Amino acid sequence: MIGLTNAVVRFGNRCVLDQLSFSAERGRSLAILGPNGRGKTTALRAMLGFQALAAGTRTAPAVVGYVPQYASSNQSYKVLDAVVMGRAAGLGLFGQPSARDIAAARDALEQVGALRFAKERFDRLSGGERQLVLLARALATGSKVLVLDEPGSALDLNNQARLLRLLSALRAPRDRAIVFTTHDPNHALAAADDALLMLPDGPALFGPVAETIVPELLERLYGVPMRLVNLIGEDGTGQNAVLPAFAGRRAA
Amino acid sequence: MSTQIDDGGAIAPRWRPWSRTGFAFASFGVALMVAILVSLCVGRYSVSAMTALHILGEAIVHPGQAIESMDQRIVLLVRAPRVVIAAMAGAALATAGVALQGVFRNPLVSPEVLGISQGAAFGGALAITMGIWGVPLLGIVFIGGFSALIAVGMLARINGQTEILTVILSGMVVGSLFSACVSLLQFIADPNSSLPAIVYWLMGSFATATWDRVLVSAPGLLLGIALLWALRFRLNVLSLDDSEARSLGARPDQERWLVFVLVALIVGCQVAVSGIVGWVGLVIPHAARLIVGHDHRRLLPATALLGATFMVGVDTLARTLTAAEIPLGVLTAIIGAPAFALLLRRHFKDREAT
Repeated sequence: MIGLTNAVVRFGNRCVLDQLSFSAERGRSLAILGPNGRGKTTALRAMLGFQALAAGTRTAPAVVGYVPQYASSNQSYKVLDAVVMGRAAGLGLFGQPSARDIAAARDALEQVGALRFAKERFDRLSGGERQLVLLARALATGSKVLVLDEPGSALDLNNQARLLRLLSALRAPRDRAIVFTTHDPNHALAAADDALLMLPDGPALFGPVAETIVPELLERLYGVPMRLVNLIGEDGTGQNAVLPAFAGRRAA
Repeated sequence: MSTQIDDGGAIAPRWRPWSRTGFAFASFGVALMVAILVSLCVGRYSVSAMTALHILGEAIVHPGQAIESMDQRIVLLVRAPRVVIAAMAGAALATAGVALQGVFRNPLVSPEVLGISQGAAFGGALAITMGIWGVPLLGIVFIGGFSALIAVGMLARINGQTEILTVILSGMVVGSLFSACVSLLQFIADPNSSLPAIVYWLMGSFATATWDRVLVSAPGLLLGIALLWALRFRLNVLSLDDSEARSLGARPDQERWLVFVLVALIVGCQVAVSGIVGWVGLVIPHAARLIVGHDHRRLLPATALLGATFMVGVDTLARTLTAAEIPLGVLTAIIGAPAFALLLRRHFKDREAT
C-alpha cells in the first residue's frame, strides 16, 4: 500500500539510502528504527514523495495522512480549522470545506480524544496536545495510510502511553496501513507488526517485529548492549521489553 | 461569553464565535459606508450628507441623467470615482498583503518589502518617460512589478528552500535596484514635462481619479480580489510548512506562484492609476488579524473591508488636512512605518518567548 522498492537517495556524494525496500500493506503497522543520521527521516520523506529518488520506485496513495514531528510554528488557527485542512485534498484549489468536512474534522478530533480543544488556538497547545491535533488532521484526510514522523520522541511518559494506545486502537480494525519512525524499540513492540531496522553497517533489515526487535539485532543497530526483560504489564500479565543494558544503572 | 461547558458533539453553540465575527463584519461594513459618505461630503466644497445621498440615489435610480448642479458635479464626477478607486485599491492592496503573508508564513512581508512596488514604480516611470499612459502604462507597470517578484523569488531560493530572512533581504536588494533605476530615469527625464509627472505620480494620489481610470483599474483589482478570495481556504493550507501542505494535497511551489501573479496584478493595477501607496498591505492585515483571527476564510474579507475603509479615510485626510493635497504615499508611510516597527518588535519578542 505504501513503501519503497530499491530506493536510492544521494545527497551530493553521500548515499543516504542504498537499495532500500520495504512496504506497509493494508492492515499492518510498520515501525522504522535506526540510529541518528542513518536516514530514517529521509526514508520517510522519500516514501511520501517529498524527497526525489535517484533510483528505485515509490508506492503510495495520492493522499497520505502525514503527522509531522513538529507542526509549522506559525499555526495560529483554531484547532478545528487546522483539522479541517485535512480535507483540502478533496476540495481542490478553490474549494471550501462544507458542513460535512467540518463534521469529519470533529469526528477525527473525537477519535483522538482532542475534541475539547476544538476552539482553542493550535499554537497555544502543549506539544502532546498538538500532536493529537496533527493526528486528527491526518485522520480527517480519510486516507487509509497513516505516516508519523517520530511521534513519541517529544512526549512525556503519560503522553507516550496515550499515543501507543491510540496507535493500537487505529491498528485494531486492520483497515489501514500505519508507518512510524521511533527511537524506542518498545514502541515498535507495542504498536507495530513489522519493523525496518536501518543498520549502520549494512543493508536495512525488514521483517516481522518478532524477528527484528530482538536484542542481538538491536545491539547492531544502536551499538550498545541490549537486554530482553520480562515485566508485569498494566493488565497484570507478563510482557517482554527490550532495554539497553545501561538502563537502571545508578550514579555512584 | 458563557462558560466553556460545551464539549463533544454540541452543534448548537457553534454560532457563538461566528456571532462575534458577524458583529465585527457588521462594524467594518458600517465603517466603510461612513468613510465613503464622509469622503463624498467634505472637501474644499462641502456637500451635506443628505444632499450627497440624494444625488447618489438619483444617479442610481436614473442612470445617465444629465448632470446639472455644482453639487452633482462634485459628488458624481469628482469625488465618487475617487472614492471608488480608493476603496478598491485599499481592499486589493490589503488582500494582497494577507495573501503574501500567508504563503510566506510571515506577517512582516508586503508588496513593498518584496520589491514589487519598486518594480512597478520603475515600470510606471519608464512608461511616463516614454509618454505612455492608460492601459499600456498599466501593462508596463505590471511587468515591472512581476519581474521584481521573479527576481526576488530566484534570489531567495537557495538549495530549493526559501527562507523568510533571505526573501526579505532579497526584496530589499531588488527593491533598491529598481529604486535606483527610477532615480536614473528621473535624472534623465525632461525637467519640464515628464519629471514632474513622474515625481508626482510616485508619491501616490487619487487626485487624478476619473471614471475612465476606474474602468482601467477595476477589472484587474476586482479579479485579483475575487481570485484570492476564492483561494481563501487554500491559503490556510499554503501557510503550513511545504511538506505539510504537500501531504494535504496542495502543490505549494506552483500554487504560491499563482498567488504571486495575483499580487503583482493587484499592485500593477493600483500603481498604474494612483502611484506608490505603501504600507496598506502590512498594517491592515495585522489589524484584521487581531479582530477576526488567522483563518483566511474570515481574514480576507475583513482585511478587504478594513483596507477599503482605511484608504478612503486616508484619502479624505490627504485632501482636507491642508490647503494643498498631501501625497497619499507620504501619509500611509507616516502611519505605516511606526506600525511596522511595532510589529517587527512584537514578532521577534513572540519568537523568543516560545
